[in-house]
Amino acid sequence: MLFRKSERSANQHQSAVAPAAPSGIGIDRRSFLNRSGLTVGALAVLGDLPLGGVRNAQAGPPPAVGAAVATRKNICTHCSVGCSVIAKVANGVWIGQEPDYDSPINRGSHCCKGAAVRDDAMNDRRLRYPVKLVDGQWTRVTWEKAIDEISDKLLEIRQKSGPDSVYWLGSAKFTNEAAYLYRKLAAFWGTNNSDHQARICHSTTVTGVANTWGYGAMTNSYNDIRNAKTIVIMGGNPAEAHPVSLQHILEGKELNRANMIVIDPRMTRTAAHATEYVRVRPGTHIPTIYGMLWHILQNGWEDKEFLRQRVYGIDEVREQVAKWNPQEVERVTGLPEAQVKHVAEIFAKQKPSTLIWAMGQTQYSFGTANVRASCLLLLATGNVGGPGGGANIFRGHTNVQGATDLGLDVTTLPLYYGLAEDAWQHWCRVWEVDYDWIASRFATKALMESPGITSTRWFDATLLPKDQVSQPNDVQAMFVMGHGVNTITRMPEAKRGIEKLELLVVCDPYPTAWSVLSERKNGIYLLPACTSFEMDGSRTASNRSLQWGEKIVDPVFESKNDYDTMYMLARKLGFADRMFKNIKVENGSVSAEDILREINRGGWSTGYCGQSPERLKAHMRNQAKFDVVTLRAPKDDPEVGGEYYGLPWPCWGTPEFKHPGTAILYNTHLPVKEGGGTFRARFGIERVVKRKVMENGQLVEKEEHDNLLADGSYSVGSEIKDGYPEFTLAVLKRLGWDKDLTPQEMDIIQQVNPANPDTVSWSTDLSGGIQRVAIEHGCSPCGNGKARMIAWNLPDPVPVHREPVFTPRTDLVADYPAYPDGRQFRMPNIGFTVQKTAVDRGIVKQYPLILTSGRIVEYEGGGEETRSNKWLAELVQNMYVEINPEDAGARGIKDGGWVWVSGPESNSRTRMKALVTERVGKGVAWMPYSFAGYYEGADLRAKYPRGNDPIVLGESVNTLTTYGYDPATGMQEPKATLCQIRAA
Amino acid sequence: MARMKFLCDAERCIDCNACVTACKNENEVPWGINRRRVVTINDGKPGERSVSMACMHCTDAPCASVCPVSCIYPTDDGIVLHDKDICIGCGYCFYACPFGAPQYPKVGNFGSRGKMDKCTYCAGGGGNEAPGSAAEYAKYGSDRFGEGKLPLCAEMCSTKSLLAGDGDVIAQIYKERVLRRGYGSGAWGWLTAYHEDIEV
Repeated sequence: MLFRKSERSANQHQSAVAPAAPSGIGIDRRSFLNRSGLTVGALAVLGDLPLGGVRNAQAGPPPAVGAAVATRKNICTHCSVGCSVIAKVANGVWIGQEPDYDSPINRGSHCCKGAAVRDDAMNDRRLRYPVKLVDGQWTRVTWEKAIDEISDKLLEIRQKSGPDSVYWLGSAKFTNEAAYLYRKLAAFWGTNNSDHQARICHSTTVTGVANTWGYGAMTNSYNDIRNAKTIVIMGGNPAEAHPVSLQHILEGKELNRANMIVIDPRMTRTAAHATEYVRVRPGTHIPTIYGMLWHILQNGWEDKEFLRQRVYGIDEVREQVAKWNPQEVERVTGLPEAQVKHVAEIFAKQKPSTLIWAMGQTQYSFGTANVRASCLLLLATGNVGGPGGGANIFRGHTNVQGATDLGLDVTTLPLYYGLAEDAWQHWCRVWEVDYDWIASRFATKALMESPGITSTRWFDATLLPKDQVSQPNDVQAMFVMGHGVNTITRMPEAKRGIEKLELLVVCDPYPTAWSVLSERKNGIYLLPACTSFEMDGSRTASNRSLQWGEKIVDPVFESKNDYDTMYMLARKLGFADRMFKNIKVENGSVSAEDILREINRGGWSTGYCGQSPERLKAHMRNQAKFDVVTLRAPKDDPEVGGEYYGLPWPCWGTPEFKHPGTAILYNTHLPVKEGGGTFRARFGIERVVKRKVMENGQLVEKEEHDNLLADGSYSVGSEIKDGYPEFTLAVLKRLGWDKDLTPQEMDIIQQVNPANPDTVSWSTDLSGGIQRVAIEHGCSPCGNGKARMIAWNLPDPVPVHREPVFTPRTDLVADYPAYPDGRQFRMPNIGFTVQKTAVDRGIVKQYPLILTSGRIVEYEGGGEETRSNKWLAELVQNMYVEINPEDAGARGIKDGGWVWVSGPESNSRTRMKALVTERVGKGVAWMPYSFAGYYEGADLRAKYPRGNDPIVLGESVNTLTTYGYDPATGMQEPKATLCQIRAA
Repeated sequence: MARMKFLCDAERCIDCNACVTACKNENEVPWGINRRRVVTINDGKPGERSVSMACMHCTDAPCASVCPVSCIYPTDDGIVLHDKDICIGCGYCFYACPFGAPQYPKVGNFGSRGKMDKCTYCAGGGGNEAPGSAAEYAKYGSDRFGEGKLPLCAEMCSTKSLLAGDGDVIAQIYKERVLRRGYGSGAWGWLTAYHEDIEV
């Protein structure tokens, strides 16, 4: 009854389970089986099973006689695979789920979360009506009163401290439309302090990958892994985090007899199905990759033609890799030469090879460098831009890809336009608002154009002295929609941060740990959001496919959908008319379709321009027609002929242009019009480098111009048989192709920039004409450049190994120190000092174990929703820490026993159960991160609004996690810190 | 005559528990009763394998043989059902079952057991209730089979590991899979027969 991973456990204590669990308290499957096998007969007296065990058929099938049963389709919210959910609805009640065999993505399948989503929506533990905390009591208020009071307070803070003192934290479970609307809301409010979960999951991927070849997303798709001959999963456990992806991975492995290599600190459920498992120390990704590259470059296994034509900067990489000879790799990672060479040879020779990763690479203070190293390996072996290869980056929520794309991010406006003036000008044109008015909303133009505070540091922005926060004032109000507090590191600080805020608003289907963590007695509002299943809108899966989900049931209780909540708020804050100028609102109900149309009108840079609501709905109607490997529909289909499922971005041009979407990025084997592409020429035409060269026996510095455009490589059908820059009107004119623009298109281009229309580009042309003409000539609108192995705008242009801030290998810190202290995102980042202090003080003697964290299949994210789901909660009823038998033995810790785990900052400590297992290596402890509701041994259940407490509570791993922030993105470092464990 | 069976492909099962929650969802099975569960051996060690277990709908079901009130019986399709109106909750079937399938709610003090509950292959109940009726649903769960559908656990399996259907058909599917992949469970026998590692 204790652990899902435990083979043998006996403790019947159930303190972490709600006393009012739906119908009594149960027994977990493993301990049950154990008992039934060993102590037959014990079952009858086991457990506190409920009286009257025959179940009630409250919400289940069959429907009442005569009730019509409707079928509706939406998308599971629990990871980024994008599984379609079919709901049966009778009398407005969701009565059952059916498998959607038509979806090419999940083909009817689900994991335990997807198979249980009905209880996410129909759950009686959901927040039913708005409440506010008054003298420690949750008090019911009406929506109108709540919004009035909240808005008054926000405006007061704005008046007193400026717009940047309000933080708008959004969600990866938003639809695309809600993510876009929330970003727009923050812009109209006048701040860039607007972020979401991508910060803590894949911000480093987006930055690292986009800075390598143009776009920061999965290059291929889950389905395309079926084409791979070698699958390397490095820093991910998809069997638990993305279970349905394993359908494609395992079938691909079987069909191709593919190699499936898992490189991970834990022997995960994924590793159990691998052909080879390699155990590494957390935080040694770059040495492992460079160790592989050392053998590849040493033996000439690299793809020389690919490097020549499509990649810039291999020489500098060679210099860096040369340092990582097998001895050094073994010293740092512990991996023997033979194993590294073997894996390298397979990856380089048995192609196509794909590299799959998730948060095992990204969640480090050097996460951007980690993912860049992965890109280097793929580029060196020529594994990008074709079927079966690529960087298959598995993201974590339904729409974390879409929310990232739509700019719910401190560094950019929607669709990666950035924050510079021309980006604001572009969006002001799309929004049809006056640029000067938007600018007037911000404290200063400088703040308008500078990145905001990352979500990982919101509490630092509250707690640090004001002079350390580069904005007029500190953060005084948090407006949180659909984001947990327990997924962010350093929770003791977050607790103090909540206490110092003037206002905390949490808009979520569940109260979440935000509501209970602090000692606050006043000033928290909880607004009941509906789940994603109760609203229309599109969601972008990891493979960049957009899927339209339809509302399954009306929002239950008093809950509201995100659009309507934002509209209510905007109205009160005084800018609803401007913000919803082109978005239909009827009786307070906002049209999701209209929001998507607005996104289409402005989404040129990323190819979000072609996916109109009508086209997406047609795809949902015609799911069965798309091929499970290529994701393409037959060309002769009247509705979706030749298109890729979900019109994966970039889907160029206007919806009428009928671009089919791009299933595989940078694929030169197809014409752009058919979904082909080239590396984006994002980094200029050439790079000027000063190099020291020998001339007449003397070392002189010379300026050299390195070409950054592709060299003799182009997509099929391209009229330009070489590299080319991004398209602008000027480029079209030079090619003589401007004559192909229609008068209407030319007219719109003129309007975009009347003073200098030549500079209007493929990404700012609101007519789509420049894109259309480029594509008609076989060219990619974003140019045909080289991928960059050197990203000169990042902290380490070529990735360099750095030890985690809290590392057990203090002997390596001198050689591989953390990034120097600096300031980023309006905040100081003193990782170097923290690391040095920890080493000087000998922290590792007190905290000798590495602590790392990850997902379990039953729970997701902060876990409030899944731990409230009665079918999931039954499966894992206690928070636990995995510890190796040797470490456990040395500490007298027994499997299933209680332990105290302490961390090196804030005197943090947590109490949980021990799971003694060889899954983790000696010296490593692992925890699932989706628990909350206990804090430093104390049960916080009584602090939830009555009846809204999740069934299962537990300590959060992030109570223990520590300092460490990636300078490029502000990513936190929960994947490697230190801890000590002792028996409780 | 078709004979309904489950088959779990251990090369594919990843212990994601979709089958468990799909069963709960479809049949509104209460907390504490687990008609289906996933069992893992060598947990966390090389050779880790998982397999999803429920009533296997045995051809010659030992539970039926030992039932003192004869409430358990196979249907024409080979599905083993029982009649809760007749069941006395004695627990004999639990001792007889090699798979630990029968479950019992606690209905009173001193550990007294309620009516036995187990996987019905999503085929409703073995009692007198009308197929597909609310009364049948309340007592046994859904009757997908009557609508021509297979058990939801197998239909929703994340990796198509858990197969349900006519024994001959799913055996054929599994055989083709094993031949195609050429390794692992189902392709057993080489080591036993020849004591050597044959690379296919």
